[in-house]
Amino acid sequence: MSSPGQEEGKPIESVEQLLAHALAMETEAVERYNELADQMEVHNNPDVAQLFRKLAEIEQLHVHNVTELSEGVELPHIAPWDYAWETPESPESPSPSAREVHYLMQPYHAIALALKHERLGVEFYEKLASQSDREDVRKLASELRETEVEHVSLLEKWLARFEAPAKGWNEDPDPPLLQE
Amino acid sequence: MEAVSACPSFSARDYKSDVKPVWCPGCGDYSVLSSITKAMAELSVPPENVALVSGIGCSSRIPAYTNVFGFHGVHGRALPIATGLKISRPELTVIASGGDGDGFSIGGNHFMHACRRNVDMTYIVMDNEVYGMTKGQASPTTAPDWEKSKLTPEGTGINPFRPLVIALASGANFIARSFSGDPNHSARMIAEAIRHPGFSFVQILSPCVTFRPEQRDWKAGIRQAPVDATTDAARAARRLMTDDGFNIGVLFRGDRKPFQPSMKARVESVRDLEKEFRI
Repeated sequence: MSSPGQEEGKPIESVEQLLAHALAMETEAVERYNELADQMEVHNNPDVAQLFRKLAEIEQLHVHNVTELSEGVELPHIAPWDYAWETPESPESPSPSAREVHYLMQPYHAIALALKHERLGVEFYEKLASQSDREDVRKLASELRETEVEHVSLLEKWLARFEAPAKGWNEDPDPPLLQE
Repeated sequence: MEAVSACPSFSARDYKSDVKPVWCPGCGDYSVLSSITKAMAELSVPPENVALVSGIGCSSRIPAYTNVFGFHGVHGRALPIATGLKISRPELTVIASGGDGDGFSIGGNHFMHACRRNVDMTYIVMDNEVYGMTKGQASPTTAPDWEKSKLTPEGTGINPFRPLVIALASGANFIARSFSGDPNHSARMIAEAIRHPGFSFVQILSPCVTFRPEQRDWKAGIRQAPVDATTDAARAARRLMTDDGFNIGVLFRGDRKPFQPSMKARVESVRDLEKEFRI
C-alpha cells in the first residue's frame, strides 16, 4: 500500500499507460515547483523562489520530451487516485506540506527536497524497467529512467555547492505569527 | 486504472486562479486546494458552473485561489449562503468550505440544519483543530488538554466536537473523512461527495504548521478505515463509537431525497415584499 488512504495501484500494462503516467508525473512536478515558488515569493524568500522556478523550467523540458514520445499515441485517461504511484502523489512532486517547506528554508533544503523526489522518480521507472512483464514497457521505462538519472546527477552537483544549514535554521527571533 | 473513451475537458490548472495563496508554507490547505481542483477536473464541470462559498478563516480564503464563482462570506455563514444559492440556481455545482472554527462553532447551528435540510451541495471542512487566522486559539475540535493558547493555558477541559457524529445524527446524506497529506485520496472523496445527491460532508484533516506543528505527525496515525462505507445510519453510528478521528474514507452514503423547493410558488417580487414594510 502506497499511502494510508491509497489503494494499491493497478500495474502498468502498456506503453500508453506508462506514457500517461510519465506525462502526469512531469506536468504535476512543473505545477508543484511553480506553486512552491509562489509560496516563497509571497513569503519574501526570493532566492528559494528563483530556485523552485528553475526546477519548474527543468521539469517543463521533461514534459516536452514525454509529449514528443507520446506523439500519435492515444493516452488513456486515468483518474488522479488511480495512478500506480507508490507515493501519495506523483513521485516527482514534493508535498507542499513537506517538513522542509518553510518560509525560512534555504536553497540547500529546496535542492535536497527536489533530489529526494527525483530519486523517487528514478525508483518508479527502475521498478518498472526490471519487473514489468512487457518488453516494450521495460524498454521505455529504462529510457525514462535515464533522463531522471541525469537530473539526479545535476541536483547532486548543485547540492554539493551548499553546506547543510545548522540546526535551528527555521528559528525566527521575530516571527510573523505569534501565539496569542 | 481505467481507460475511458474521452478525457476530461478540463485540467486541474483550469480551476486555479492567478492569485497566490498567502497560507503559511507547509500548510495542509495547499493540498486541499489541489484536491478540489483535481476533483473538479475529473468531474469535468465547467468552471462557470461551479460556485465555491466560504466563511472566514485561513481556509476560507480558498475561493480567491480558484477560477470558479466564489463568495467569501460572513463568519460561520457559508452554509446558509450556499443553501440559498443552490436553491435558486439548482443547475450550479455548489461547494461550501471553511475551517473547524467557522463551521462548527460560529456556524455550528447552520451545520446541523444544513445536514438536516439535505440540499444538494458539498461541504468541505479543513480541520486543523485551531483558530489559525486569529493566532492560535482552541477551536471546537481541539483536544481538551491542549495548553498552548494563552486563553486556555490549562486546556479547554471540554470534550471536542465530533463532526462526523453530528453530521450523521443531523441527517447528512454523505459523510467522509480525508487527510491533506494524501491529496489524491481527498480528491476522490470530494469527487464522490459532489456526485452524491443531497448534502455531502467531507472533513479533511489539514495540519496547521504554525500553531499546531505537532500535527505534522498526523501522517503516522492516518489509516484507511478498515470497513467499506455503509448505507445504514445505525451501522455508521456504531462505527463512530470506536473512531479515533484518524480513519479516512467514506463512512456513510444515504439515500434521502435532496431538498429542492419549487421556485414556481414564489409569486412575489422583492418590490411586492417591500410593500409590507412601507410606512
